[in-house]
Amino acid sequence: MSVIFLLLGASLSVALFFLVAFIWSVKDGQYEDDYSPAHRMLFDEKINND
Amino acid sequence: MNENGLCAYYEMNERPGMAQRVPVRKDKFAFLEDDKVQQQLIHFQDHQQTHVTFYIPHIHCSSCLWLLENLHHLDPGIQQVNVNFTRKEARIIFHQQQTSLRKVAETLTSIGYEPYISLQDLGNKKPAVSRRLIYQLGVAGFCFANIMLLSFPEYFSSDHMETGMSQAFRYLNLALSLPVFLFSAQAFYASAWKGLKHGFLNIDIPIVLAIVVTFVRSLVDVLSGAGAGYFDSMTGIVLFMLIGRILQDKTYQGLSFDRDYTAYFPIAVSVIKDNKEIPTVLPDVKAGDTLLVHHQELVPADGILVKGKAMIDYSFVTGESQPVTKNMGELIYAGGRQLEGNIEILTIREVAQSYLTSLWNRDELKGDKKQKASFIHLAGQYFTWVVLCIAAITTIYWGIFDPSKIWPAVTAILIIACPCALLLAASFTNGHILRILSRHHLYLRNAQAIESLATTTHIVFDKTGTLTSRGEAQVTWHGRPLSLPEKDAIATLTGQSQHPASKVIQSFLGQPFSSTVAHFTEQTGQGIEGTAHHLRIRIGNAGWTGMQDPADQQGSIVHVKINRQPAGYFCIRNSYREGIENMLQKLKYPLTVLSGDHAGEERALHAMMPDATLHFRQQPDDKLNYILHLQQQGKRVLMIGDGLNDAGALKQSDTGISLTEHNNNFTPASDGILEGSQLEKLPAFIRFCKMNKRIILFSFAYSTIYNITGLYFAVQGILSPLTAAVLMPSSSISLILITYGISEWAGKRLLR
Repeated sequence: MSVIFLLLGASLSVALFFLVAFIWSVKDGQYEDDYSPAHRMLFDEKINND
Repeated sequence: MNENGLCAYYEMNERPGMAQRVPVRKDKFAFLEDDKVQQQLIHFQDHQQTHVTFYIPHIHCSSCLWLLENLHHLDPGIQQVNVNFTRKEARIIFHQQQTSLRKVAETLTSIGYEPYISLQDLGNKKPAVSRRLIYQLGVAGFCFANIMLLSFPEYFSSDHMETGMSQAFRYLNLALSLPVFLFSAQAFYASAWKGLKHGFLNIDIPIVLAIVVTFVRSLVDVLSGAGAGYFDSMTGIVLFMLIGRILQDKTYQGLSFDRDYTAYFPIAVSVIKDNKEIPTVLPDVKAGDTLLVHHQELVPADGILVKGKAMIDYSFVTGESQPVTKNMGELIYAGGRQLEGNIEILTIREVAQSYLTSLWNRDELKGDKKQKASFIHLAGQYFTWVVLCIAAITTIYWGIFDPSKIWPAVTAILIIACPCALLLAASFTNGHILRILSRHHLYLRNAQAIESLATTTHIVFDKTGTLTSRGEAQVTWHGRPLSLPEKDAIATLTGQSQHPASKVIQSFLGQPFSSTVAHFTEQTGQGIEGTAHHLRIRIGNAGWTGMQDPADQQGSIVHVKINRQPAGYFCIRNSYREGIENMLQKLKYPLTVLSGDHAGEERALHAMMPDATLHFRQQPDDKLNYILHLQQQGKRVLMIGDGLNDAGALKQSDTGISLTEHNNNFTPASDGILEGSQLEKLPAFIRFCKMNKRIILFSFAYSTIYNITGLYFAVQGILSPLTAAVLMPSSSISLILITYGISEWAGKRLLR
């Protein structure tokens, strides 16, 4: 049955990873502006400028 | 733009830009060279680069985004531009050796994106958006889900589990509940503590009590090995309440509810010293300085006109629709906008002491508005007393029959009967209502505003810009029919004059064919005269033309005399918003109109609302006093206005709603912002807000069914963690669905 503790640890660490990822994404401001990033990626960079 | 390969800008959208190519004066941004100004605007600087954030109101489409973020093609000194579309801000990083703050601002302006820099940017830095609630929610969600998972073995197979393993699961749960108890629930501790300090029993106090009791009871259970505790219920309830609170506190990033006069005033003005223009920060302007006010700029301080011809538009300050002409030596109040050419004024009072700003310094407006206690807190109080009574009776009962059951029974009562349901019902309903209202372009500042809007007993309107729409005027011609040459002659003549009435008449008649006027004279404030198409035409007021104003005057009258013979008159009226008349009739409240304008519209207004009280020529002060007067009579006042002249009244009234046009968000401080075209829906909005309370009470009554079921187990001392864990989420979720369903339904029905 002790394998359950191993699984428990694994599931908790996965969940913890997502919690940290969530906090990081909030801190990074990913939810601040939902318009510009979506449109920014559609712009083409002109290469031949000169 | 072409030179820099940015032509693609025009390929992006059908209609990019708004052709906002207002030529900018050469020295407009000279003040940005000033160190003091720079320090306030720049938020990071090292020896290489500078970071600055500009507010750019013109940002409105993806082309804007593209153009702004390619700004480095126009000015190589600019390193990076990052646009935040929702806030209409651009964060710019540039090398200060290669370019300067002033040049950046000028580049932006030259492509039509003029940064808006106001006095508000000076001094008070914007507070960072608080994300604490979001973190608390994240942590609570994480802990709740894991505790639920770990509790499953406990729910279903407590008898067969090995003791070592179930102990391990319980301690893990305890460990997982700690972050919720210590961190996530802080939102409630803070407001409960605030309530206690002010001697006010708010709804958060019984909730905190329930959280603490649940935690202590569960802690004792786990440590003594008696049971698994109620960690799942506790974290769950914290999670749901946090979700509700976040929904309710949803903020509108693009809108600001706290603008005072500093948001309207420029950050710096040109002071004339020794015949030189020196850009000076506004707070540094002293009485006795000579200021140069440019074309279309706001007069920042009270002063005496010393040079130039002033044509001041006070509509912002007083609500008067006609600009006034001021001559040399006359006093000009701060807040007016100079319409023609440049003027110089000698300041007589500092900016902070001018007539307009002194409005903000009145005692009535200092400090926050006193928050009236929401009915939720009152209901919460009754609830708490009932629960305490039940707990006391249970204590006595078990004290007599079986003292060992006192502890489990009483703690279970306190756990199950926490008024979380009431708080949940309130916060979710408020959140839904706010969102439904914002779909109809009424943006309320917070949930409190819903309640105060619902309890309104008196409505006060401003006229200019509120009942009437800004800028547009209705012109009608009364008199004999005009021939084509006559019309053209009048149009030609009025085209020569800068007076607003002339402009309105000219646009009514259309562009003239010819443009030669002989013997043109203009008598300020009287009228104009001249010869065109061999017709001698005199246009102006009654005194100037020697004609009589009509008896049933319904607006401003402009008389016309052709070849010394009276021909008729133009009647210029404010045009009212569409649907206003209908809306006013639907409002079953005492109404008042406070207008800063002259009484020319009295008749028209009276026809639209026969029972309303009409007051004209109201100064901002008078408006504020009128609201105070109504409030002293115990009335709850809803004020609807726009512009700075209503700002004091908006702030003082129980609910202040400011109107805005075309999404520009320059509205004075208020409890709500409403789009002008939606004003006709006001009666529906009020009825909808009244529904709010009913929905909350209904869903609360519904949730007490769950509470009573729980209490049935609790008083007997047999509330198992499983029962609690089933009751809590099912009551919360069904409550959320019910409030959502009813408010959507009410919104559909009322806000058609």
